[in-house]
Amino acid sequence: MHEMALAESILNIVEETARNQGAVRVTELRLEIGELANVEIEALQFGLEVVLRNSLAAGAQVEILTIPGQGQCLECGAMVPLSARYDPCPQCGGYPVRPTGGQEMRVKDILVE
Amino acid sequence: MCVTCGCGVDEAAMHSHDHPHFHDHDHSYDHSHDHAAEGRLVSIERDILAKNAGFAAGNRRLFAERGVFVLNLVSSPGSGKTALLAQTVQILREEFPVAVIGGDQQTARDAERIQAAGAPAVQINTGKGCHLDAHGIGHALEELPLPESGVLFIENVGNLVCPADFDLGEACKVVVLSVTEGEDKPLKYANMFAAAKLMLLNKIDLLPHVDFAVERCLEYARRVNPDMRILQLSARTGDGMTAWLDWVRQGQQAALAQQVSRLEMELTSARARLAASVR
Ligand SMILES: Nc1nc2c(ncn2[C@@H]2O[C@H](COP(=O)(O)OP(=O)(O)OP(=O)(O)O)[C@@H](O)[C@H]2O)c(=O)[nH]1
Ligand SMILES: [Mg+2]
Ligand SMILES: [Zn+2]
Ligand SMILES: [Zn+2]
Repeated sequence: MHEMALAESILNIVEETARNQGAVRVTELRLEIGELANVEIEALQFGLEVVLRNSLAAGAQVEILTIPGQGQCLECGAMVPLSARYDPCPQCGGYPVRPTGGQEMRVKDILVE
Repeated sequence: MCVTCGCGVDEAAMHSHDHPHFHDHDHSYDHSHDHAAEGRLVSIERDILAKNAGFAAGNRRLFAERGVFVLNLVSSPGSGKTALLAQTVQILREEFPVAVIGGDQQTARDAERIQAAGAPAVQINTGKGCHLDAHGIGHALEELPLPESGVLFIENVGNLVCPADFDLGEACKVVVLSVTEGEDKPLKYANMFAAAKLMLLNKIDLLPHVDFAVERCLEYARRVNPDMRILQLSARTGDGMTAWLDWVRQGQQAALAQQVSRLEMELTSARARLAASVR
């Protein structure tokens, strides 16, 4: 479902870049996914397996780098690690912690031949 | 992708973010690598949803130029979005232009319900897709009279996950939750509630019959998004509708005011150009 749509967008970006580079094959693909982004990593891996199958990137090795969630507590002002959006502040126990990092979903780079 | 798409965005502009740099990739031979050592690394660093963001920006520009206040209604299936919109457009169409775009995996029934309430409506059948995207909205607008200086309501596919990620070019997301769902929904679908400007708690006529702790639900919602407005209503009985309608009216007036000041600025600069050319 959702991850399938993301996988298709990823393929789009990868194929476009590969074509611009005159590449014949993509052998590796690196993604950066934030811990607070709406992404189920396993579902995304499955989706990629399906959409990459008949493409320039068939059989490419996919590496997914996780970007840790981070936020600022609006109660005490501390910058704290955040693994879920609604978690309380680990320093003061207050709410809410406003996310400042870990929401990204990026195609980082590819290895082409 | 379609060539005739009116939703704008020069595709070439999106390509400019490839900054290829070539690594010589001199791995020492003593460690093995799965990939052929001859590969060339191409840096991309592009947001996965960049394409959608481009189309959304195009839609947003169009809406601003024409003074359209656009709301993206999101919820679980069956929260009462269509019932609420039918009541809403029936009243507001007397005051300013309104239109509805609906997303549905299969049918056109929702659009028929809106048309019966007297407003233009078009349905986007998403098939297997579980959310609307900005490109689809651009196309739906080709089949709909744009409600200039009025309000466009977009009823998203019933799903509290994916629509949170897909900007359609709307002014804001409105999340609808009904009291027949769990009060912990704001925590479970935090990204969606965090993305919304307004939460509508619908079906409050059923409160005597269901086990739903309103105060706890509101507390969860505020925990996730302290800035979100929350209104309680019933699309069935009309209870609480006035506050919602007033909220929409305020948004429409603000959009209209912005359109007026934009036009005034254009007029001023056109006058200045004319004066300069006459002199
Ligand atoms: N009791 C009561 N029922 C409601 C209310 N609002 C909607 N309903 C009923 O809830 C059911 C679903 O309403 P819809 O308007 O179709 O919900 P929806 O969110 O558009 O549904 P999808 O488009 O399928 O996601 C219908 O039977 C409505 O009559 C309400 O305020 N109170
Ligand atoms: Mg509906
Ligand atoms: Zn989706
Ligand atoms: Zn704190």
